[in-house]
Amino acid sequence: MQAKPLALKILDITAVLLFAVGAYMALVYAPTEAVMGQVQRVFYFHVATAWVALLGFIAAGVTGVIYLVTKNMKWDIVEVAAVEISLVFFFITIVLGSIWARPIWNTWWTWDPRLTTAAVTELIYIAYFMLRQGIEDPDRRARFGAVYTLVGAVSAPITFFAIRLFRTIHPVVIGSPSAEAQGGFSMTADMRTAFFFNLFAFTVIFVSFFWNRIRMGQMQARVEQLKLKVMQ
Amino acid sequence: MSDRPVTANSKRLSTVQDPPSANFARAVWAVVQKDLAAEFRSRELLSAMLVFAILVILIFNFALELDIKVRQSVTAGVLWTTFAFAGTLGLNRSMAVEKDRGCLDGLLLAPVDRAAIYFGKVISNLAFMMIVEAIVLPVYSFLYNINLFDPGLLLVILLGSIGYTAVGTLLASMAVQARTRDVLLPILLFPVAIPVLLASVKASGGFLSGAELTEIMPSLNLLIVYDVIFLSLAFMVFDSVVEE
Repeated sequence: MQAKPLALKILDITAVLLFAVGAYMALVYAPTEAVMGQVQRVFYFHVATAWVALLGFIAAGVTGVIYLVTKNMKWDIVEVAAVEISLVFFFITIVLGSIWARPIWNTWWTWDPRLTTAAVTELIYIAYFMLRQGIEDPDRRARFGAVYTLVGAVSAPITFFAIRLFRTIHPVVIGSPSAEAQGGFSMTADMRTAFFFNLFAFTVIFVSFFWNRIRMGQMQARVEQLKLKVMQ
Repeated sequence: MSDRPVTANSKRLSTVQDPPSANFARAVWAVVQKDLAAEFRSRELLSAMLVFAILVILIFNFALELDIKVRQSVTAGVLWTTFAFAGTLGLNRSMAVEKDRGCLDGLLLAPVDRAAIYFGKVISNLAFMMIVEAIVLPVYSFLYNINLFDPGLLLVILLGSIGYTAVGTLLASMAVQARTRDVLLPILLFPVAIPVLLASVKASGGFLSGAELTEIMPSLNLLIVYDVIFLSLAFMVFDSVVEE
């Protein structure tokens, strides 16, 4: 078994440090928002985790296509890693969003395009793992997984636009907000620093998780190979 | 696999004789004919879908207390839920039959483009779904005294059913190859079919309440876009789904 590469060790430590500093920036450094108060601090993590989940979502779709073209098992391992990380981060995003929405929107949940798309994406990911679980042959499992991520990657944006035909109350902090948005605010310079720092920190955390998960997938594949060898 | 050379040969022969497009269309039609003939002899699928659809409407009747006021606003939703549930039943069964009796392997050995098998399956599944819809609509009209024979609504039902069966046929051919196939199809299908159901419900509701066409157009466009995207996507990836 190969030892953990030095670059990955450094990356892991950097990710932990960045997370600690990011948490400090969000919870202490950034000024308290005037109208919403302390609960607004959720925003720094909410957007950062959503960003990471989106990165994972895109990575999964792209590696799905690459797998279908190359039929190389290593891309399947990357795809599973991306889906798994995205699943967890979307879940964190939804939970954090609900915590913020309860006092601001006066409800835990609303069927807004962003919320619904995140929830539907979670369901697609869960279906993805259920599909994989039901198939023993590794090649077929990889092919079906890739096809389903592709179908999901195409369908989720359409879901977003479909629900956008209705109105939305989700605030748009970056870019132009819509008239119906509730709970929007404009960032001060300190808030912006904290925000972009967290975005950066979570991107590094994502890369670290992604790399570790891919390594784990490779080891799993190797264990399976060895098991087959022993049985023969 | 001793018959591989033979199939490869016959493929070459037939493509020499006919233009490829005619060949493709004939293969699609052969699959459709096979499915329809098998179904009209056994009537397993249609009778199950129909009885199920009527039961769903019956349950909605009591669950939602479909009195005259409620009916106006929920008819589109009730209809599409019924179609979606009955559709899943049909999609699952139509692929499971192929798998169980080894017909799928036979189909795959045929010297035709595999996309032709997919389109044949989509068309026959669509036909079953449309037959069920053609019976459910008058039954619903009769039971609830609502006129559902609006050309706009029929167009929405056609477009929605195309999108639903396009993605459903692809996913059903994966689901039947999994261990948990009986429960898997709805779980795979519903999250990715949400845009179709949403746009169909919205457009049907618009036509039923007599809304302006400009209000309904976005949903109709969305349905067309979804149909085109998923038919072409399935066309491209179907090979990887049935490959052995």
